Amino acid sequence: MTLRRTTLAVASATLAAGISMAAWAEYEKLVELGYPAPKEDELVHVPPTMADLEEADIHPELKKVIRRGYDLFTNTQQLRGENVFNDMNCSSCHLGEGRQPFSAPVWPAAVTLPDFRGKNQHVNNLEERIAGCFAYSMNGTPPEYGSDDMLALSAYHQWLATGAPMYPDQPIYGRGFPAPDRPEELSYENGEALYVENCAVCHGEDGSGLYQEGEYVFPAPWGDGSNNWGAGIVRTHTAAGFIKNNMPLGQPLSLSDQEAWDIAYYMTQQERPQDPRYTGSVDEVLEKFGPTFHKNSSYGQEREVDGHRLADHANWGEKGEEVKPWNVGQPRFEDLED
Amino acid sequence: MTSMRIASGLGLLLGLGLAAGQAQAQEGDAERGQQAAGACVACHQADGSGMSVSGGESWPRLAGLPAEYIAKQLHDFKEGRRENTTMMPFANMLDDQQVVDVAAYYSEMPVTEAQGGEDADEDLLARGEQLALRGDWDEYIVSCKSCHGPGNEGAGGTFPGIASQHAGYIEAQLRAWQAGERGNDPQNLMGAIAERMSDEDIRAVSVWLANQSVASE
Repeated sequence: MTLRRTTLAVASATLAAGISMAAWAEYEKLVELGYPAPKEDELVHVPPTMADLEEADIHPELKKVIRRGYDLFTNTQQLRGENVFNDMNCSSCHLGEGRQPFSAPVWPAAVTLPDFRGKNQHVNNLEERIAGCFAYSMNGTPPEYGSDDMLALSAYHQWLATGAPMYPDQPIYGRGFPAPDRPEELSYENGEALYVENCAVCHGEDGSGLYQEGEYVFPAPWGDGSNNWGAGIVRTHTAAGFIKNNMPLGQPLSLSDQEAWDIAYYMTQQERPQDPRYTGSVDEVLEKFGPTFHKNSSYGQEREVDGHRLADHANWGEKGEEVKPWNVGQPRFEDLED
Repeated sequence: MTSMRIASGLGLLLGLGLAAGQAQAQEGDAERGQQAAGACVACHQADGSGMSVSGGESWPRLAGLPAEYIAKQLHDFKEGRRENTTMMPFANMLDDQQVVDVAAYYSEMPVTEAQGGEDADEDLLARGEQLALRGDWDEYIVSCKSCHGPGNEGAGGTFPGIASQHAGYIEAQLRAWQAGERGNDPQNLMGAIAERMSDEDIRAVSVWLANQSVASE
């Protein structure tokens, strides 16, 4: 514990000066596994762990709230039926409790927001960013801004960013799910065969994952238990980046670029609950959100193998017709002058 | 012996029939399994609890493991995909029908208590708990729970429950994976993790899991 705290202190002290050798050492394991080493100009940040939290010199009330945020992040299913209407946890995609590089670590959101977000075309803060995950990735509706759950989740994000500079002017090492180079051809058939061979043992041939005796085990890559058509991971390159860098669990970077892309292509051409921005017409969604989002997904496309038009349905999954995420399409700052 | 020969002859016939007529799922029958399990009892005990043998080879608890998992292991012993000199001759005594019957028999037993973790100190148990429930991502060791399911009580038919399994057995298996002596897991899912575990990690996770109780339904 002492060792880690020292490293952390050193990390936060040296980050601003450029690459932190201490932080770099923490990520040696990743380089050993085949991930790229941090580049000269990259911001390398090692988020604190929950063990560090126990040792940290912060108010005990704050510790309690951060622990609650961690608990929500790793067991988001406790909000099932209230805010979550599928079989996912935040940590289903953000592996390593949201700390893991190349697995869309969540701390960058705490130091890069508020900022303009292309997806909803206005300035978002951390809470609004988290709210987006609930509307799309959790196929649900977010806890209210300022509510206990929202505050706890934000506090956990911010705690993970401890020591990282606000509004960094460097690219962030391991941010997002960086996609491997897109191969010239993508094959649905090959993706299906690879999925069955490599993924189905946990995620099921039908993509429903595994939910056992009312408890989460393996997340659903598609279907009603999965994220809806508005989630970031429906974009083929994002799915390819996730798969390449993180799957099969425990064996990152074991699939070739072509394999990762083919599996992503297959997976993102399966059905899932409708995009909450849907107004009754797939074409209208494409017209509005094609340029900013769905140009990278298979939304509204005709699937070659069977001619099925993807997302052309009004299936909202477990959420049904009644529950509508309150944050989707909410305008902001419209009366501000340029 | 005669009945055994007839049984294995039958097994061969069944096996041939299966190979010819595609894999027709065999139904396991726990009652028949009890009869076929006569040779198993000596080590795995009548209640399926196995035995922790300190300084020797521990015999795993079979009680409450998924039938599919037990059947796969028996086939793997028979066909050399899982090597164990103690187990191989016994597995070879079972035909395909007996394999699924024995598997059904043990899978229906309530999970028993495990031994081998009694003397573990607090620090070791804390490390074990961390690895079992949260993993250590800085070493790219994912949690046991992420595949072995909630409470490490098993997931589906593929991932066995490891909570309340004898420490000596878990330790021996993780070491076997590390040494490349066991490799019958799907897609090397276990092997890849075992490889990254230190001796202390293996010890820690084994004693912690052995100290967990699994409530029977």
